[in-house]
Amino acid sequence: MHVVTPDLIAFDEALQLRSGATLSAYHLAIETYGTLNSERSNAVLVCHALNASHHVAGISANGDDLGWWDNMVGPGKPVDTDRFFVIGVNNLGSCFGSTGPASINPDTGKPFGADFPLVTVEDWVDVQARLADRLGIARFACVIGGSLGGMQALAWSIAYPERVHACVAIASTAKLSAQNIAFNDVARQAILTDPDFHGGHYYEFGVVPQRGLRVARMIGHITYLSGDDMAEKFGRAKSAEVLQYGYGADFEIESYLRYQGEKFSRYFDANTYLLITKALDYFDPAAAFGGDLGAALLNTRARFLIISFTTDWRFAPLEGRAIVKALLDAKRRVTYAEIDAPHGHDAFLLDDEKYHASVRVYFHSLARELAL
Amino acid sequence: MGRVLRSDLALVANWIAPGSAVLDLGCGDGALLAYLQEEKDCRCVGVELDSANCLMSIENGVEVIQQNLEDGLSMFSDHSFDCVLQLQSLQMVQHTEAMLREIGRIGQEGIVTFPNFGHWTHRLSILNGRMPVSKSLPYQWYNSPNLRFSTMVDIIALARASGFRIVDCVALHEGHEVRFMPNLLGSLAMLRLARDPAQNAFA
Repeated sequence: MHVVTPDLIAFDEALQLRSGATLSAYHLAIETYGTLNSERSNAVLVCHALNASHHVAGISANGDDLGWWDNMVGPGKPVDTDRFFVIGVNNLGSCFGSTGPASINPDTGKPFGADFPLVTVEDWVDVQARLADRLGIARFACVIGGSLGGMQALAWSIAYPERVHACVAIASTAKLSAQNIAFNDVARQAILTDPDFHGGHYYEFGVVPQRGLRVARMIGHITYLSGDDMAEKFGRAKSAEVLQYGYGADFEIESYLRYQGEKFSRYFDANTYLLITKALDYFDPAAAFGGDLGAALLNTRARFLIISFTTDWRFAPLEGRAIVKALLDAKRRVTYAEIDAPHGHDAFLLDDEKYHASVRVYFHSLARELAL
Repeated sequence: MGRVLRSDLALVANWIAPGSAVLDLGCGDGALLAYLQEEKDCRCVGVELDSANCLMSIENGVEVIQQNLEDGLSMFSDHSFDCVLQLQSLQMVQHTEAMLREIGRIGQEGIVTFPNFGHWTHRLSILNGRMPVSKSLPYQWYNSPNLRFSTMVDIIALARASGFRIVDCVALHEGHEVRFMPNLLGSLAMLRLARDPAQNAFA
């Protein structure tokens, strides 16, 4: 197994954010895999979703943390690091090494907490472009991501058309539905109403709004699985032999969700959760074009691969097909794969044969096109 | 390196003007579209349901949309392609007439090819009291993916009724053009259709 260590890259040029706020300086945690070729034409940027990070592939130096997309990225894998130079970057506002709400605010000497500005998908993409400048990459062979990562890939193709050869958006959408926003807000309310939240400045009180985070994660987790998948994995299986006639976890699904919530609340930052769900809600590149996504994509120059999963109800195939239609209207090059997989939204993280074959073959064609 | 096409596909390719925007409904492994891209500088999109075929299309450098044709073609806007192809799959579609109208809505031209049920061997089979099984209809009646059976004359009538002008009509047998009694001696019928401006069937 490939051992990877992250790099921390500091930026001291002020960053103007969509919210109107400015960050005077920040740093980004990144990992890279493979080798940048002499033409600098084989770089792939992997954008992460809500709770992931720059640690895309390989195993961390302490030996216990496998990259979140290790089944997809690596030597001989669908995104083959023997051919491509892959970059994972932790987004601004996250909690895995890049500057975020838990970082020290240079103006106060205390953690930013609630004072950390909201960032949008487009802000992230601007920051990633600065990172690309720093690494000397004028144009990516591909920008790829799942879910929120797919939104960043789309935003890249719109904001920096000349810098993206291919855009791969998996289990993604060009805008959240009312239902999506509703789930996000319930999750946020769980955090915001936790007595340990302290208006976002909980670090100063030495506490964490763990109950809120737990519930937020439980809600999120339900939406990542398909109903069928949940029925098959858990059904009405009981945690204990007999019903307890109380409010403990009678059913295995309850134990499972509580476990997932508990685990998540120990490593994820509540302010980051709030910030990222807002970035999800705000993403709507068509809004500036009167809701016409085709018009928003008209200036893109990339070729596109859009992938949806049949059982994903968080970002359903309907959303993927809407992106494809808009790209067809804009006369862009687009390929669409609709993968019949049982695992709901989470399918984009899992090892599905047809899904991985699609990405593998697509990257073959990219390599051929770019003479890599 | 040039690609070599099957004779019926080569004929279809001949009907397509260089630089056209081409949509292929049921594009299979994408061989024809790859040819049109490389040799005729066409902008091509394929639609295909089968995953293995989709992968081969991508491998062939063809942009492919994975979709069931029966679910409708609302993804494709009116008049968004110069030419829409449906090659040897129209007979597998349940709503033949609706599909033809969709071809007319999306494309300036349409090219459809299909097995000619009127071929003499098929007629002979029926005369002998059995449903035909042949090279062009290689299935038993109970396991055939083909839902619709028509002769060349039938499809021409339907195409006209669906708002098309017949630009060209060719019958093939074993890859060769059949000029004499095509509806009897041709096993594959090929139609080149144009939207008929006199009719308003696609509105």
